[in-house]
Amino acid sequence: MSAPLIQVDGITKDYRMGETLVQALRGVSLGIAAGEFVAVMGPSGSGKSTFMNLLGCLDHPTAGSYQLGGQEVSRLSGDELARMRNQKLGFVFQHFNLLPRTSALDNVALPLLYAHLPAEERLQKAAMRLSQVGLGGRLQHHPAQLSGGQQQRVAIARALVNDPMLVLADEPTGALDSHTSIEIMALLQQLNRDGLTVVLVTHERDIAGFASRIISFRDGTVIEDAVNSANDAAAQLA
Amino acid sequence: MNFLATLRIALAALRINKMRSALTMLGIIIGVAAVIVMIAVGRGAQARVEEQIKSLGSSIIMVRSGSVTSSGARGGSGSQFTIFEEDAYAIAREIDEVKAAAPILRGTGQAIAGNANWASVFYGTTPDYLEVREWPLAEGRGFEAAEMAGAAKVALIGQTVAKNLFGDESPIDQIMRVRKVPLVVIGVLDKKGESMGGSDQDDLVLMPISTARNRVLGSQAKAKAVGSIMIKTREGADMAVAESRMRELLRQRHRQQAGQDDDFSVRNLSEMLEAQEASSRVMAMLLAAVASVSLLVGGIGIMNIMLVSVTERTREIGLRMAVGARGRDILNQFLVEAVTLSLIGGVIGILLGIGGQALVAELAGWRTQLSLASILLAVGFATAIGIFFGYYPARKASGLSPIEALRYE
Repeated sequence: MSAPLIQVDGITKDYRMGETLVQALRGVSLGIAAGEFVAVMGPSGSGKSTFMNLLGCLDHPTAGSYQLGGQEVSRLSGDELARMRNQKLGFVFQHFNLLPRTSALDNVALPLLYAHLPAEERLQKAAMRLSQVGLGGRLQHHPAQLSGGQQQRVAIARALVNDPMLVLADEPTGALDSHTSIEIMALLQQLNRDGLTVVLVTHERDIAGFASRIISFRDGTVIEDAVNSANDAAAQLA
Repeated sequence: MNFLATLRIALAALRINKMRSALTMLGIIIGVAAVIVMIAVGRGAQARVEEQIKSLGSSIIMVRSGSVTSSGARGGSGSQFTIFEEDAYAIAREIDEVKAAAPILRGTGQAIAGNANWASVFYGTTPDYLEVREWPLAEGRGFEAAEMAGAAKVALIGQTVAKNLFGDESPIDQIMRVRKVPLVVIGVLDKKGESMGGSDQDDLVLMPISTARNRVLGSQAKAKAVGSIMIKTREGADMAVAESRMRELLRQRHRQQAGQDDDFSVRNLSEMLEAQEASSRVMAMLLAAVASVSLLVGGIGIMNIMLVSVTERTREIGLRMAVGARGRDILNQFLVEAVTLSLIGGVIGILLGIGGQALVAELAGWRTQLSLASILLAVGFATAIGIFFGYYPARKASGLSPIEALRYE
């Protein structure tokens, strides 16, 4: 088997809150291969969010090594991390985090702005990704003119627009009703089948059930890491 | 990220909050407009004083008849003629610093030519007068020695008199009457404009001093006495030295005892004007300083709004960082936003300022002088304010942690 897309070895993260030292992660080691669909679970305070922030190059680990696509990123500078996020990662958030009063097209094109792509190419790629998530007819709609499910689709298109090697979805269905949630999961499963690597954070077991591997966190360590026979979201909608 | 893209983001952000952007700009608009108007007004006043100094000549000394004490009652300055025509010639002859000295016998009267008449001032003087005032002729010729000696009935007239008596016709060789004495106009003086007191300097008639004394004023003029002597010093001459030597000479000629008051007064006109110029300069600076305060207040307004904006858009900042914006990109974005705000305000302020100074000139009748320097200064100031007051909020935005910014409610 080739080198995994993500390789984490003995990674720890400490926070200092006033006088007390909080050990959010106490030595986590795991690998995620390209093309996997992984769900990260755990109660709040388990360290799963901290783990996601590290995977997302939003934070530095206190100790340990993190290799993304074969590159050691745990010691990169802030600007280099920004570059990693821009080139290699896509984010989907619980509250969509779209820019208000800005068209879907411009929202999706945003990451490419920081990649210094010419305007024409930015908009072309963004339009292509919006069609891919089924919003080809709503390029000029503002977030306020879209439903929650549609907004999350725009956010997914934005996560895809830079052709990332990994998409990190942090509670992507947390703000959606159950039917729309399943639609979004169906979209993620579809993208995964097409070769996209997805890491999903959730505290809902049904949502995690759509992933093919479930990693559970508690007290800053991995307590379970198991293959899951994924439910087919598209089949549930039918 | 390139500048144009940053600028576009900034403009989009400003458009989203149109009302707020407009109100924030208002501070800068008012500030810039105020600076431009105030500098224009200040410079206008200064230019006017400078012009007056130029028109009067910067090296002019006036000697006037002074106070006389007769039977214990002291008369005011000029209440009686105590200086003489000969004093002027002596000053010109004996004091090295003096270039020209013109005795002046002044009177008023109706000037009549044909059907037209005009109340004017006439001066009986010598050709030195034109030299002292640095006043060239527009047409015709000056007085000749024979005319001076023979009390010839000739006159030089100012532009205002020429226009009122002769209209568009050439006044040369025409006859005019002053106090019933017919005078031939031999020359017309160049236009001089308003004096610092606002009176029309071109409204005058010059005639040989002998003519004024013997033919026009008649019995009113005491033998060879004059009201004043106007003196011009040589270039580079020490005015104070010239004045004291003049004083000494006149006291000697008037046979005044030591301890006795001067029976004349010596006044240096340029000193007065220089004081006025200095005060108008201080005034201009004061006006600009007051206007700058409003510009400063406008800048604080920008900082205030940018701080609100950063707080309000924390999640946006977090998102931009998550998708690859570096701290520098965020800093630039907010800085460009602040500078754009102040620059647009600055440009509107300039237009308003230009209109404002024209309005002041029109309504208040003040002279204003617009200068490119003041406009550049205002623009530079507005930009500097944008950068200065935008930097802190922008810095704050760029220093946010993406994790916390994304989580911000």
